[in-house]
Amino acid sequence: MIGFILRRLLQAVPLLIGVSLIGFGLMHLAPGGPLAVYTLNPTIQAQDIERIRIIFGLDQPVHVQYLNWAAGMFTGHWGNTFFGGRPVLEVILERLPATMLLMGSALSLAMLLGLAIGILGAVRRYGVFDALATTGALFALSFPTFWFGLMAIYVFAIELQWLPSGGMYELGEEGSVISLLRHLVLPACVLALVITATWSRYARSAFLEVIDQDFIRTASAKGVPPARILFRHAFPNAAKPLIALLGVELPFLFSGALVTETIFGWPGMGRLFVDALGMKEYPVLMGMMMFTAFFVIAGNLLADVAIALIDPRIRLS
Amino acid sequence: MLRTRIWRRFLHHRLALCGAVVVALLLASALFAPALAPQDPTLLDTAARFRPPFASWSHPFGTDELGRDTLSRLLHGGRVSLTVGLVAMVTTVLTGAMVGILAGYLGGVVDALLMRFVDTMLCFPQVFLLLVIAAFVPPSLVSISLVIGLTSWMEVSRIVRAEVLQIREQDFVAAARVLGVPPLRIMVREVLPNAAAPILVAATLKVASAVLMESYISYLGYGVQPPLASWGNMLTNAQGYLDSVPWLAILPGAAITLTVMGFNFLGDGLRDALDPRLRMDR
Repeated sequence: MIGFILRRLLQAVPLLIGVSLIGFGLMHLAPGGPLAVYTLNPTIQAQDIERIRIIFGLDQPVHVQYLNWAAGMFTGHWGNTFFGGRPVLEVILERLPATMLLMGSALSLAMLLGLAIGILGAVRRYGVFDALATTGALFALSFPTFWFGLMAIYVFAIELQWLPSGGMYELGEEGSVISLLRHLVLPACVLALVITATWSRYARSAFLEVIDQDFIRTASAKGVPPARILFRHAFPNAAKPLIALLGVELPFLFSGALVTETIFGWPGMGRLFVDALGMKEYPVLMGMMMFTAFFVIAGNLLADVAIALIDPRIRLS
Repeated sequence: MLRTRIWRRFLHHRLALCGAVVVALLLASALFAPALAPQDPTLLDTAARFRPPFASWSHPFGTDELGRDTLSRLLHGGRVSLTVGLVAMVTTVLTGAMVGILAGYLGGVVDALLMRFVDTMLCFPQVFLLLVIAAFVPPSLVSISLVIGLTSWMEVSRIVRAEVLQIREQDFVAAARVLGVPPLRIMVREVLPNAAAPILVAATLKVASAVLMESYISYLGYGVQPPLASWGNMLTNAQGYLDSVPWLAILPGAAITLTVMGFNFLGDGLRDALDPRLRMDR
């Protein structure tokens, strides 16, 4: 097992190098380059910019710059924000809990619903429920998240006035759990819609794959009760592609969270990203890109390890 | 069992048929937008602001905050959104097919390098990548389409590569190789046509996701710029009037949903018909 994890960690190295190369390249692609905030400021003299260039090490050859930058990335020195001069990593980590809460609740909701729908559909294949669920999933996948969010705000916040339209807390109620939950319901459900659709489709095909196999027929012939067959026999075997999906879907989850957070004014990383985009805060943007990429790599790694834990065939091959 | 299966297939293919009809209607309406639109989509009429839909013949879908005719804006916006969607799809498919064929057919170092690059690109959430690049380049219809296309080809390349790996081992490819046909010619003339089915399916589904992406970035202000209307930037304006004039937000969103659905249904039906191996519902 340790051998497998080490091998898998080694495979992540080229990914990390690739990700850092793209991140570094993008930063230099930015109009004005890494010094945009100074070069675009008319009050700063040319010789001052030259001095800043030297202080930042931008007069050095590109490969030296890259190595310095990458070393900073891996040791937590992610630079400072243009406005306010705060460490980028600190600014990002500050927004992490809100995003994790939103993504976590949406994902849990979507997994529960999606698994239930997918399993029901697989068990009663080609039935009415199955037909409705697969068609419904296709509909749900076609909904633009941001428009769905706007419509949810219109119906539940403006017309019915059941739930708040945005933010995280009521004014003066910061820290109140009830206020937080009330604000969480709409964005979490909106974000969960598309994920539920994906999960139900994958759960359905994962279970269909397993249900037709001999060991399930054997168990059923032995007289094992259906619920036990489903959870003890089918589930562990169908879980593998679903755990893999969890890793693969992470980038989509981040994309969805970004869109949802903008609509609902949820103070998470997605919101930070859009704000930073508007203020041309390149260090924050690059920091966010690198942060999500690291997160995705780590997520896929964890998913692979979890699959290897379930299935000895994988870690031995 | 058989009857329910037939019923299900029927439903499925009826959806694909619906998708095809919707797509055809949308393409026609985009093509003939100038003729179909009741007036100039940029014409301001401050005397007729916020007219409700379905109330008069002069403005069948009402007017917006500047008195512009919503139907005309939807038709012209559809033109913009579909153009971006189609150009982005072509970019995606060309890039993805090229990378996939090179990696799958040549194998070895080329394959390893290209696929590691694909893995790397897939580590970034597409919307993040898209927004950063879109914010860096001056927005125009061409640049938006290219940026969307160049951030979404990775899955296509994986699909094509997997297909090519199988085609490469077949006898007619070996025959061509033995006959001394140059590799590039084998790739284009022998391998590519046999990978056409999954490429066609991916292309259809990619139009849907490109239209979705265009609407996201235009909604956030980094895509299609006013006064040029797109469904995405119509929603940006409409958001401010959500409490008083909700139809301004309902209509463009419904147009996006209809388009995305049309292409998704069509793509799903094509997949069922062309490539049974890829079916989601075996």
